[in-house]
Amino acid sequence: MTRTWWIERLAPWVFTLGLFLVWEVSCHVFDVPRFVLPPPSLVFQEMWYFRSAIWNNSLVTLWTTLAGFFMAVVFGLILGIAVGWSRTIYAALYPVMVGFNAIPKVAVVPILVLWFGIGEVPAILTAFLISFFPIVVNVATGLATMEPEMEDVLRALGAKKMDIMLKVGIPRSLPYFFASLKVAITLAFVGSVVSETVAANRGIGHMLLAAQANFEVPLVFGGLIALAVLGIGMYAIFAVLERRMTGWAFRSGLNNA
Amino acid sequence: MAFVRLEQTALAYPTRDGDVLALDNADLAIQAGEFTAVVGPSGCGKSTLMRLVTGLRRPTRGHVIVDGREVVGPLKFVGMAFQNATLLPWRTVLDNLLLPLEIVEPHRSNLRRRRREYVAKAEHLLETVGLARFGRKYPWELSGGMQQRVSLCRALIHEPKLLMLDEPFAALDAFTREELWCVLRDLWQEQRFTVILVTHDLREATFLADSIHVMSARPGRILHRHEIDLPRPRDLEICYDQRFVDIVHTLRQQIKGVRQR
Repeated sequence: MTRTWWIERLAPWVFTLGLFLVWEVSCHVFDVPRFVLPPPSLVFQEMWYFRSAIWNNSLVTLWTTLAGFFMAVVFGLILGIAVGWSRTIYAALYPVMVGFNAIPKVAVVPILVLWFGIGEVPAILTAFLISFFPIVVNVATGLATMEPEMEDVLRALGAKKMDIMLKVGIPRSLPYFFASLKVAITLAFVGSVVSETVAANRGIGHMLLAAQANFEVPLVFGGLIALAVLGIGMYAIFAVLERRMTGWAFRSGLNNA
Repeated sequence: MAFVRLEQTALAYPTRDGDVLALDNADLAIQAGEFTAVVGPSGCGKSTLMRLVTGLRRPTRGHVIVDGREVVGPLKFVGMAFQNATLLPWRTVLDNLLLPLEIVEPHRSNLRRRRREYVAKAEHLLETVGLARFGRKYPWELSGGMQQRVSLCRALIHEPKLLMLDEPFAALDAFTREELWCVLRDLWQEQRFTVILVTHDLREATFLADSIHVMSARPGRILHRHEIDLPRPRDLEICYDQRFVDIVHTLRQQIKGVRQR
């Protein structure tokens, strides 16, 4: 392996370590009180101490996030194909969808709690509501940017709308779909944690709130780090999946497709 | 009886400033197996003509008759190729060629049973255009000229009676273009399908076609029909023949006249 290869591999680790180092050093140099910003060494110590709590709550958050996310994938795919399929459906649904997306999801949580009570259901639904929009938009965009010539070629052969969608539209929109999954999974985390901080008795969001109430500031930061790790892991999984499924799009460039 | 006939055909596009007439009183008669070219100044409705003949658009006035029947919806057997190769990047060259067979009947129903036969046919076609052993490649691994060859093959794989070409060689360099003229010439010589070639390259039209239609500026009308009786098979050398040069010159004058009007 060449030197540049190694440098590129090591760069993210070096940078992350550096960030923690700067944090640690600044805490000591500026004598920052622990209840304002604890140094990372203390945060990690605390994380180790509360490891079973962090682990269990992480699993809850992971489960609610994934449940909401998979709902968003199914629903987003169906809606995206419908919107990309016909201009009428597009015209009918788009304003409502944009308006719906503009509502801060934290404002919806109280209603969900009213309907479903405190617990995991509101978290799942919030994750779902916040993450389906990018999937819909991307799938619809993929379908809408099909070249008219390609459509002509197939129609002149007697292809039905369904044929054109199955043979060209849907495969063509797959790269857009997989790209949207990376955005959607991160948003789903935001949704479930927001809901957990408002109304839940388990999950990282709830743990953060409880720790803050008890003035356990290092544990609050520990929770944030746990969330970051979960987020990176999920993102990485979908990035790999994207490469696997739609490698052709990276090499060819969709524009000359 | 002509294979493709346009009778007093007109097409108007609705726009914000009222209807724009793209094609007006077009009359055209193309025999089965004839290679015809349509030339004209840019924006004269050549592509509109293509869409009318294939039934992708209905005329506002007049008739379009193909194979003895009035065209009322998209025809189901036409091979088409455009300036862009429009190949699907997630399919190999071979799978791109098989695409029409997945759509056109009766091949569509036979595809599973006779797949091996169809693959052999696609490979043979690739061989005739000089792309043997490229079947497993992806389109983006091919040069522009090679992609256009594949696009031609895709238009011909189901042995269509009618081939529509919309400036298929316009984006290629001069040498590749002349190479592909010969590829198309040989394919036509062998299979004798009916071709309508829309182009603005007068040499291309003269080299390939039996007849050339000259269109006027918008709204497009068909002004002249030339019979090109240069002997076949034609060699690229013919481009330097005095008769060839005269034909191109005449066409050039006519189009110049049309543009200035």
